[in-house]
Amino acid sequence: MAPAGDRRTGFSRRRQYGIFIGYVLAVAGAVVGAVLLVVSSFNPPLFAGIRMGVASVTAPISGGLATVTEAAASVPEAINGWLFAHAENAAMRRELAAARPLLQRARVIAYDNRRLRALLAVRDRTPDPVVTARLVSSSASSGRRFALLDAGRFSGVLPGMPVRGPEGLVGRVLETGPAAARVLLLSDPESIVPVRRSRDGLPAIAIGRGDGAVDIRSVNATDVRFAAGDVFVTSGIGGLYAPGIPVARVAAAGTDSVLGRTFAQPDTFDFALVERVFMPLPAAPTPAAAAPTDPAP
Amino acid sequence: MTLTDHDPFAQPLPPGRARALPWATVIGGSTMTIVPVIAAVPILPPLGLLVLLAWRLLARFALRPWAAAPLGFVDDLLSGQPLGSAVLLWSLCFLGIDLVERRLVYRDFWQDWLIAAAAIMFCLAGGRVLAVPLTAHVDGAMLAQGCAAILLFPLAARLVAWIDRKRGMA
Repeated sequence: MAPAGDRRTGFSRRRQYGIFIGYVLAVAGAVVGAVLLVVSSFNPPLFAGIRMGVASVTAPISGGLATVTEAAASVPEAINGWLFAHAENAAMRRELAAARPLLQRARVIAYDNRRLRALLAVRDRTPDPVVTARLVSSSASSGRRFALLDAGRFSGVLPGMPVRGPEGLVGRVLETGPAAARVLLLSDPESIVPVRRSRDGLPAIAIGRGDGAVDIRSVNATDVRFAAGDVFVTSGIGGLYAPGIPVARVAAAGTDSVLGRTFAQPDTFDFALVERVFMPLPAAPTPAAAAPTDPAP
Repeated sequence: MTLTDHDPFAQPLPPGRARALPWATVIGGSTMTIVPVIAAVPILPPLGLLVLLAWRLLARFALRPWAAAPLGFVDDLLSGQPLGSAVLLWSLCFLGIDLVERRLVYRDFWQDWLIAAAAIMFCLAGGRVLAVPLTAHVDGAMLAQGCAAILLFPLAARLVAWIDRKRGMA
């Protein structure tokens, strides 16, 4: 390709200044970018309004696209369902027969549990659902793991609310817009969830790895052995997540820090339940109410 | 298109629209993050950056030298990166390409591709350092993402060349 000859400005002052100012603006753009980056790293929610405003426009489009994709994908699924209905039926019958005695036992235990709790006068808090929505898109080109929920402030979704799917915890709401909310998924490198082992209550934390899995690390104990298949549920510490939501299963045995696979594999066709913050912090007193009004001097 | 279809006197796009077209295509590339997929790893190539580089390398007068910053701002709003990362990295890419252009006077598509590959890798590595903590396990996925983006560049270049031919002289 021949060289572009735009640098020869000739004697035109207008053209000379035009090119000069173009380059000044280009450098200024880089400087503005650096400033924005510093500001947004010190105060991440600062630009949430504009970001979520854009997301409120794109989320319904993504939802529509998801519906179309789902409809297209349901055709081969339906054919498959007819072909394998018989085998699936037999497998489900076997599973039901195996599960029935377990269900009877669980019912007895649940009754016992209720009775004992009533004896101890334990006050139960059940988290209230806020809204049922869907995850419609995600930050597929970035290293962060965010998903976009197609419900926002109009539906009562607020930052900090936990989001769970049918299988387990999905993440928590980070920013909200009018009709969309950004969800920090469990596998995000900056997500930390306090968990406990379901069989003995061993406390641990689940830290996102960024590659779809989590690291499970023991807290306040060293030389803790994790076996493959150990199930971890939320512990309720911190007051954000209700206790007992399934989070992850240990993939390979290890000590102190092991790889865990999350139960919820968030998919666009799954529904996500947004719940209220389990035990919200008491609201900070407003300065006007906190400070006694000075009498005028 | 046959010869009889071709109308040499057809009006190209009006200048305003022809000037807006490159901006619209770059923003369209950035908007591809709204596809309904919940990705577990970064798999989507940075399509907005690809289109931007193709415009800059193939038709350098289509975008002003300062266009990278506002386009990067739009990309940041859609991509989930911290606001300002694409503004900074894309602007640096434009300045870097200007420097290379000064040295490399005559260049071919292969050189364009090489420059684009370097710019893509620079932006992805910069975005990774700026957005994700260093302990995260995303390097392998991002390397694959970068390779996919580099391999997609000729496609983006074809698309941009086609649009550029359609829109006529702006």
